[in-house]
Amino acid sequence: MPFNTPTSPHQLAPTSITRVMMMVMLALIPGITAYVWFFGWGVVVNICIALVTALTCEALILKLRQRPVLPFLSDGSAALTAILIALTLPPLSPWWITVIGVAFAIIIAKQLYGGLGYNPFNPAMVGYVMLLISFPREMTSWIPPTALADSSLDFLETAMFILFHTLPDGVTFDALTEATPLDSLKTHLALGNTVDEVRAQLGLDEQSSRVLSVIPIFGAIGGKGWEWLGGGFLLGGLWLIYKKVISWHIPVAMIGSLLAISSLFYLIDPAHYATPMFHLFSGAVMLGAFFIATDPVTAAASNRGKIIYGCGIGIFTYVIRTWGGYPDAVAFAVLLLNMCAPLIDHYFKSSVFGHKK
Amino acid sequence: MSSGNAPEKLWDFHGGIHPEQNKLQSTMESSAQARLPAKLFLPLHQHIGAAAEPIVAIGDLVLKGQKIANADGYVSAPVHAPTSGKVIDIAEYPIPHPSGLSALSIVIETDGRDEWVEYKPEQDYTETNPSHLRNIIRESGVVGLGGAGFPSYIKLNPGSEKKIKTLILNGVECEPYITCDDMLMREDPQSIIAGIHIMRHALQAEECVIAIEDNKPQAYESICKAAAGIAGLRIALVPTRYPQGGEKQLVQVITGKEVPSNGLAINIGVVCHNVSTAAAIYRAIHLGQPLISRMVTITGEAVKRPRNLEVLFGTPIEELLQQCDVEPDQIERLVMGGPMMGFALHDTSLPVIKTTNCIIAATRKELGLDRPVMPCIRCGACADVCPVKLLPQQLYWHSRAKELDKAQEYDLFDCIECGCCSYVCPSNIPLVQFYRFAKGAIWTQEQEHKKSDQARERHEFRLLRIEREKQEREAKRAKKKVPRAKAAAPKAPPVDGARMGEKMRDEAMSQRDSAVDARKAEIQAAVARVQAKKNSAAPKTTDAAAKADTPAEATTPKSTSDKKDDSSAASDNNEQVQ
Repeated sequence: MPFNTPTSPHQLAPTSITRVMMMVMLALIPGITAYVWFFGWGVVVNICIALVTALTCEALILKLRQRPVLPFLSDGSAALTAILIALTLPPLSPWWITVIGVAFAIIIAKQLYGGLGYNPFNPAMVGYVMLLISFPREMTSWIPPTALADSSLDFLETAMFILFHTLPDGVTFDALTEATPLDSLKTHLALGNTVDEVRAQLGLDEQSSRVLSVIPIFGAIGGKGWEWLGGGFLLGGLWLIYKKVISWHIPVAMIGSLLAISSLFYLIDPAHYATPMFHLFSGAVMLGAFFIATDPVTAAASNRGKIIYGCGIGIFTYVIRTWGGYPDAVAFAVLLLNMCAPLIDHYFKSSVFGHKK
Repeated sequence: MSSGNAPEKLWDFHGGIHPEQNKLQSTMESSAQARLPAKLFLPLHQHIGAAAEPIVAIGDLVLKGQKIANADGYVSAPVHAPTSGKVIDIAEYPIPHPSGLSALSIVIETDGRDEWVEYKPEQDYTETNPSHLRNIIRESGVVGLGGAGFPSYIKLNPGSEKKIKTLILNGVECEPYITCDDMLMREDPQSIIAGIHIMRHALQAEECVIAIEDNKPQAYESICKAAAGIAGLRIALVPTRYPQGGEKQLVQVITGKEVPSNGLAINIGVVCHNVSTAAAIYRAIHLGQPLISRMVTITGEAVKRPRNLEVLFGTPIEELLQQCDVEPDQIERLVMGGPMMGFALHDTSLPVIKTTNCIIAATRKELGLDRPVMPCIRCGACADVCPVKLLPQQLYWHSRAKELDKAQEYDLFDCIECGCCSYVCPSNIPLVQFYRFAKGAIWTQEQEHKKSDQARERHEFRLLRIEREKQEREAKRAKKKVPRAKAAAPKAPPVDGARMGEKMRDEAMSQRDSAVDARKAEIQAAVARVQAKKNSAAPKTTDAAAKADTPAEATTPKSTSDKKDDSSAASDNNEQVQ
């Protein structure tokens, strides 16, 4: 009986893209839990909407492109993109924000470039940035941590609001929303206040003559709630490194460079530059460092390249946050470095065995 | 220092993987002799280098250990009859080779008497000149038994100036499933140690290290016991990691030095031999017995009784499978060698040859087939595990796009095809297959370049010849005219006919000589011209083999010994790759 004679190796590791994506999704659980704890059920509703949209769009385009639908739907990449976008949106965003963002990410940023593995830009960040530029009002209407809010919504009320824009009697949307700590800091620094003033007045000093806000949105090191979110993502990210799903290079380089540059400016002028810890544990830094910048498709490939890539993201994040027009900048920094990834790969190759260094 | 104690510093190599070992199955029982089959099929090409030349005819009766084919050239090895019997055919038979092709083989019908030819052990090898030892080893047909099959005597030649610092005995056996070296080390450490003494004598190596992976504690114990108290012999227990048994990787682990790309271990004063080869050398020198059998691991889930067998070369694999209770319909894939670098066979009738270390009869369940190939997600897992520090991803893109020069820029030819990248790829991309394809395409391309160069050269020579003949004809015509004119002038002194004839002959001779000289000069000029053109238009050579026979050496009278060295180096290099 003649046998098939495929080439070696004849043994393969028990790994697959699906497995990698599932691990990443699992690692998001601590962060998502913190999210729900501090900001209510909105994020869960958003994730559901995003998942349905992403899988529908992916299937549709695969069909149009005459590609096998099932292997690509089950690889988990579209689902992961959906979850990541949902995590970047304000928890009470109307449903169409999520749908537009996810559809744009999957159809334009991923499938039109050739689908899995061929997209030069991180689809989740493309989707997020598109929304941020197109719908600035919706995208900046964040809510304060539930513990600080005048009123909060339960799961059903949240879903009703997101889907139908209806609120329970006596609750106004304005009463629910609040700028993010990064946003408040940026606004008030621009008004001429010092970091300490902003933090103190926003956080504690309600008797002060220059009360800026009565809601203490600043926590111990970052924004209230936000620091726990960052902690959750940090925990999941460390687990991913431990499991060797991602390498340490990009997160360490990104966090390290952000830490370094924010420390430098904080030491020079603590009155006008926020503390390094505030930068690390506010906004999307932890999520970005472990879950977004590490997207292999769009990142640099070699280890030295990854370090350059991570440093670039860290520095751009700080530069845009501090001197740019947006309060947070992880998405922009990631997209900027996505552009540089091929160049970095070209210049940072490892030295091949047996070749003189 | 004595063996076994004081762990020496070990070095590290980049990357590597930890695949499931699957070695336990075939080490549950001790090794046994394979049954004598009715017919033995002996391919004349069981090693790296030129195929052997048969020296028997159909119908000849041969004895066990009798030489039946001579080594053909420097890099080649003879073949011996593994048992007594009758030569019944010398023809093309299928051989175990990735190509699946047939090649010239000698078929012996065994007579069951297993009668030895007269053989003569070497009395005291320490009294014997190393060059004579090498000759015995060559005539015994000993080749590297680790899987590559490079003639061993060449690797026992330190060369005139090279000083061998370290002799490494490779007992790493890093590929999953294979346990033949493991069993040999457990069961017959004395032969290995005796062989090592001979190797050290031949190479005059300063120190000797036996490297064994720590997944073989019994082999380690056994070797330690046998090597106790031997000066200058060290046993290194190295942490298990594939592909540590690759020569360049092992040299790095033991000495910390990198074998240069395109170079050989001997270039940095290191020689590496397999432990089984040491045992074969012991048998060749101490017993006078040529290489006619080897230990083969028969394993895989389709094998009910996996174990190691001492197998005569030429034994059809199906005989071994029968002896180990294989369920034939369970076999999904039949692999010769390990699962990482071995190749799949299309048929069970193929014979065992000198490089057959393992036969895996794998079931469908075992292989975990039918995983869809997905696009590359650039995760970089391949680069992390590459022992040569290549960028497998970039090589893949360029190989796939047939950008062969780009693939070469990323050092495609440094790839040792160990399969680590394919193993870890979450997208199941058959990366190694792409690299083999690209290498093949480049080789073909260079062959074509070479061919077209030769054609051009031939064409230029032809033009030159036509031109020359035309000139000669004209010269002749002119000459004919001149004597006639001379004859017309009646000034010639009166000489007798014989003298006259002699003079004319002399004249003609000298003219012809000068013509020959002129022609020679012309040819040399043409050769130089072609040479210059060739050098400027030479394709980028990829390995020593290509360098060794550029037409430059074919046309200019370079020393032949140089060339010989080159070709041996080239083949040696091939072994590294395989």
